[in-house]
Amino acid sequence: MREITLSQAVNEAISEEMRRDPTIVVMGEDVAEAGTPFKILSGLVEEFGSDRVVDTPISEPGFTGIAVGAAMTGLRPIVDLMFGDFLFLIMDQLCNQAAKTHYMSGGKLKVPMVVRTNMGATRRSAAQHSQSLHALVAHIPGLKVAMPATAYEAKGLLKTAIRDENPVVIFEDKLSYQEKAQVPEEEYLLPLGVASVRREGRDVTLVGTSSMIHVALDAAKLLEAEGISAEVIDPRTIVPLDEETILASARKTSRAIVIDEGHRNYGVTAEIAARIAEKAFYWLDAPVQRFGAMDVPVPFSPALEDLTVPTPEAVAEGARRAMRGELIHAA
Amino acid sequence: MKTKLQHNADAYMRMYRQMLRIRVFEENAHQLYLSAKMPGLTHLYIGQEAVAVGICEALEVSDRITSTHRGHGHCVAKGADFKRMFCELLGKAEGFCRGKGGSMHIADQKNGNLGANAIVGGSAGIATGAAFSAKRLGKGGVAVCFFGDGALGQGLLYECMNIAALWKLPVIYACENNYYGEYTHVSEMASGDLLARAEAFGIETRTVDGQNVLEVNEAAEGFVARARAGQGPFFLLLDTYRFHGHHVGDISREYYRSKEEEERWKSERDPISNFGKWMKREKIASGKELVKVEGEVRREAEDAVEFALAASYPGKEEVAMHVFAEAA
Repeated sequence: MREITLSQAVNEAISEEMRRDPTIVVMGEDVAEAGTPFKILSGLVEEFGSDRVVDTPISEPGFTGIAVGAAMTGLRPIVDLMFGDFLFLIMDQLCNQAAKTHYMSGGKLKVPMVVRTNMGATRRSAAQHSQSLHALVAHIPGLKVAMPATAYEAKGLLKTAIRDENPVVIFEDKLSYQEKAQVPEEEYLLPLGVASVRREGRDVTLVGTSSMIHVALDAAKLLEAEGISAEVIDPRTIVPLDEETILASARKTSRAIVIDEGHRNYGVTAEIAARIAEKAFYWLDAPVQRFGAMDVPVPFSPALEDLTVPTPEAVAEGARRAMRGELIHAA
Repeated sequence: MKTKLQHNADAYMRMYRQMLRIRVFEENAHQLYLSAKMPGLTHLYIGQEAVAVGICEALEVSDRITSTHRGHGHCVAKGADFKRMFCELLGKAEGFCRGKGGSMHIADQKNGNLGANAIVGGSAGIATGAAFSAKRLGKGGVAVCFFGDGALGQGLLYECMNIAALWKLPVIYACENNYYGEYTHVSEMASGDLLARAEAFGIETRTVDGQNVLEVNEAAEGFVARARAGQGPFFLLLDTYRFHGHHVGDISREYYRSKEEEERWKSERDPISNFGKWMKREKIASGKELVKVEGEVRREAEDAVEFALAASYPGKEEVAMHVFAEAA
């Protein structure tokens, strides 16, 4: 099968959908001729014109709000939010307006829009361009949240998100844009709320979101060399969350570790770990462990930044301790 | 009052009736609140009726509006039915939003009302987005964004006006200057010249007497027609006054505005009684006819209140419904 980058996968997903549905528009900062600073959308304005691929001023709340209104009145906007850190700027439009409109109107108004943004540290971009803020929006009822790990997920989930009748926020890992993966030539869609078992195992379950799936897979390789068999699960979307697949795995292996690049405090790892603890408690042989970004603003210095994110070595060590039973009596 | 008859008598009577419907709706809502039959809080539109009616009279049903926390007037003016409005205010299943929105989120999609909004200035994006859709879909629609002087402090409004001007969107920003954002006078919250804020974006502006429905309507008709022709956006500053407090519980108001000031507006600048007097003077309607209209409106409201009080609350199963829309 051919391999394309995550960036190309996103571009293909949007192009294919825009050809199919004339109500789809893309809006954001430098999305047209520039194709975004990451060059993800290159070629779109040439094919679809500046009426459908619309450069906006640097006004994140403004263009997000306009997308909400456009979505309520017949268009399907795809908002390009250049950095996930800018979510803080659009919280009212996304969380008070887009997320609640369908509910507040008793089901009469709909907001079929996509916010594409990114996440991920270790790009040496410091504290305001490196955050992974998906937990913020996952907390708000009415928003769906997708976290594609590879080009394959990026394309399939985005196409589904564009067709969804609700606001969907997609977080792409900005360090993965040039990562290649196998992506079919023919059209496919990936459903929201269906996890992918990336590797089967019997001793420990590693749940990894977005690029943390690679941390989990690398940890699994380290463990395999020591005779520990890890099962690796990519939830693909955290809202809706495929709880069944995660629980079934935890019940099978009796040990679970959750890895996510958001801050550890009050985050996605806490949510998934809590669900495992609540619903697979009697199957567990060890406490559920969590690996997330350190609870510090992301530092600039590479010497410091690399310390803030989960590593395969740390995850593997967590799995070993779970296997040895060390966590049972841990303080 | 203008004597130039730019409308026929039917339109005058319709505007008179609509203003009266807002007034009477609000009086009933107030009573429901005072008698503890209405939960939550509400913000009465009484005094500002000419703004909503004068503007909405210039719109087609398919044109969109966005409204504010003080939104009952816009909802009525855009054509909403009393029964479903009162049901919504009381949290009943037959309300426009099945009781899930209430006073501050009332919406009437069929008549183009995209909803009241409880975030001050929060609908600037939605209205501008509706105008973007209208332009993109090419059906000639226009959007009106209603907001109060309080929203002049919100950055979102300026971002949206800038974009609307750049993209020449068919949107009219209707600023209802009732002089008070909550309990603070506009002069303490908005620096400089209010119109200059829109003019800085190259948006054509106009100030009108928001207590004079004909003046409001004449201005709105002009801007709406030009917006439809692709000459938008526009900014309309409407000089108006809310006769009641910021919300129904805002009773002792002397620390922020005097009783004399309130009395002056009520006695000299009541949009409904002044319009009624004008219609009689111009022989468009007799006093008897106007009394008849008022009687009909009051009966309509009483029936609707009775209907809403007797209506059912949504079933418990509805609490988890409508979080997400199902596939079309």
